[in-house]
Amino acid sequence: MPDAVELIHVTKRFGEVIANDDISFTVRKNEFFSLLGPSGCGKTTTLRCIAGLQEPDSGIIKLSGKDVTDVPTHKRNVGLVFQDLALFSHMNVFDNIAFGLKMKKVPKKEIEKRVKEMLKLVGLEGLEKRRIHQLSGGQQQRVALCRSLVPEPDVLLLDEPLGALDLKIRRRMTVELRRIQKEVGKTFIYVTHDQTEAIVMSDRIAVMQGGKIKQIGESREIYSHPKNSFIASFIGEAVNIIKGVCEEPGAFVGKKLEKPVKVEVREDLLNTPVVLSLRPERIRVARKLRNLDNILDARINSALFKGMYHEYEVETGRDLMIKVFVPYVGPATTFQIHDNVQIGWNKEDTVIIPTS
Amino acid sequence: MKIFDRILKSFTFFILILMYLPIVIMIFFSFNSTKSLVRFTGFSFRWYSELFQDKIVWGALYNSITVAVAVTVISVVLALLMANAMVRYEYKGGSLIDAFIYIPIVIPEITESLALLIFLGVIGFPKGFWSVVLGHATFGATFAVVVLRARIAGFRKSVEEAARTLGADEIQTFFRITLPILMPGIIAAALLVFTLSFDDFIKTSFTRGVGFQTLPLVIYSSAKRGGVSPGLNALSTFSFGVSLLFSAVRLFTLRRARYE
Repeated sequence: MPDAVELIHVTKRFGEVIANDDISFTVRKNEFFSLLGPSGCGKTTTLRCIAGLQEPDSGIIKLSGKDVTDVPTHKRNVGLVFQDLALFSHMNVFDNIAFGLKMKKVPKKEIEKRVKEMLKLVGLEGLEKRRIHQLSGGQQQRVALCRSLVPEPDVLLLDEPLGALDLKIRRRMTVELRRIQKEVGKTFIYVTHDQTEAIVMSDRIAVMQGGKIKQIGESREIYSHPKNSFIASFIGEAVNIIKGVCEEPGAFVGKKLEKPVKVEVREDLLNTPVVLSLRPERIRVARKLRNLDNILDARINSALFKGMYHEYEVETGRDLMIKVFVPYVGPATTFQIHDNVQIGWNKEDTVIIPTS
Repeated sequence: MKIFDRILKSFTFFILILMYLPIVIMIFFSFNSTKSLVRFTGFSFRWYSELFQDKIVWGALYNSITVAVAVTVISVVLALLMANAMVRYEYKGGSLIDAFIYIPIVIPEITESLALLIFLGVIGFPKGFWSVVLGHATFGATFAVVVLRARIAGFRKSVEEAARTLGADEIQTFFRITLPILMPGIIAAALLVFTLSFDDFIKTSFTRGVGFQTLPLVIYSSAKRGGVSPGLNALSTFSFGVSLLFSAVRLFTLRRARYE
């Protein structure tokens, strides 16, 4: 079975700016694939190249194994949900959704049936005759999704479609998008700058920065094994980054650390500048800790209670500030500012990554 | 501040009366059964039926309408292209060109008309129907740009792109998406231009050829010749009615478009 989408050395410039710099990746059939990166990283350009709305300067784009680099948009059979949704304001809900089927000259009876099914899938039954401006933001979102799904595209592209919604609806829509994707069994490529969205929905994520793809992998893999410090800090709530070097296998030394800490490190990263990345939720805090690879004396510098967890900043070593998330399970995890504590973690909790 | 409020209200009322009373009187006496403009002697359509038996009036009405239609078509097509270019593309000296397009609104029509008259003479353009159309189109296109520009500025390109991803080619996209979305703006612009052309007097009197009459010119020349008469009242009322109708339709379409 050929891959749903394949990009081979795709490059796209806008004048001096290089939006896509030699991009190659494949998206498997029925996969939920996310392009994740900060604004201006080129992710939308990549999406527009796949849709044929942007022509790459060089490189090849394949859909289901077929080279479509020179095929115009309307013959590619891709769906695209736009950031501003781009609904047709002069048509009602039914005509919006039916547009793609009418273009394909599907018989009227079948159009009615398929639009109805699609509205049912997203829970908008009975709203066929409504005008677009009579719908709420979440409903418009669903109409846009229906409109691009109903012609059965080979791949559905989504360009930050949840951007305009408020946070609560946004979180609900992420779960729902994932459900819909599973139900219709289609390939989705989702562009977002919101790492939570990407982690929740995706089978695999491609992290982009400066027009390049920096890492491709499953959510957990990218979260726990980021390939560089940019990805480490971009993915997740927060991360502790400590600069230093591994002079011998298994030991990391840093200027701000009073003694070496135990780590796992690849041979090729020995004796080069590296960073140690440590997630705040992997660190334990107590008055006295035992049975951990690394235990450091520390002092609480700031404490924020966030309901589900405490967010502490502790000072250790030589002016080293470490962020720690501790689940709130009672008074044992509650500390005050200036309390003397110990922090600790095992070597599997850390990743050594090259600088830059 | 109740007193102040009341003064303001009466003042507004007074201005409105000042503006509309003469028109109301004119319309009122156009239905008078006798020639008197002082005493209303009875209701009749006499002056209207006389009016529509007048060959000169018919000819002028025909000219007014054909000129206005031609001006509307030319202005709206030109304005569509101009407004598109102004909104969608950035080009060098863009703001200067913008300014030049709007200038015809502020320069005195009589100056513009005189300049056009001289210009037509220099290039040897024959005076008649087309010279009048040309004259009207210079302000028609300008006003149409003003109306259309707002509509096109609110137009999102992603809507066209969405149609393309749904399988529509360029031509289908234009006729099913772009044109329908711009339609309220096009209609509003067309009605405005039609009204302006239909009412125009100065441009027409400068650019028309000998014997080419439009309705405003007939009204003017008969007023000059025989003074004010009920027949003239009827003609003016008719002309006023046409303009009013078009303005009303324009306001209505604009209001509806606002909901989309």
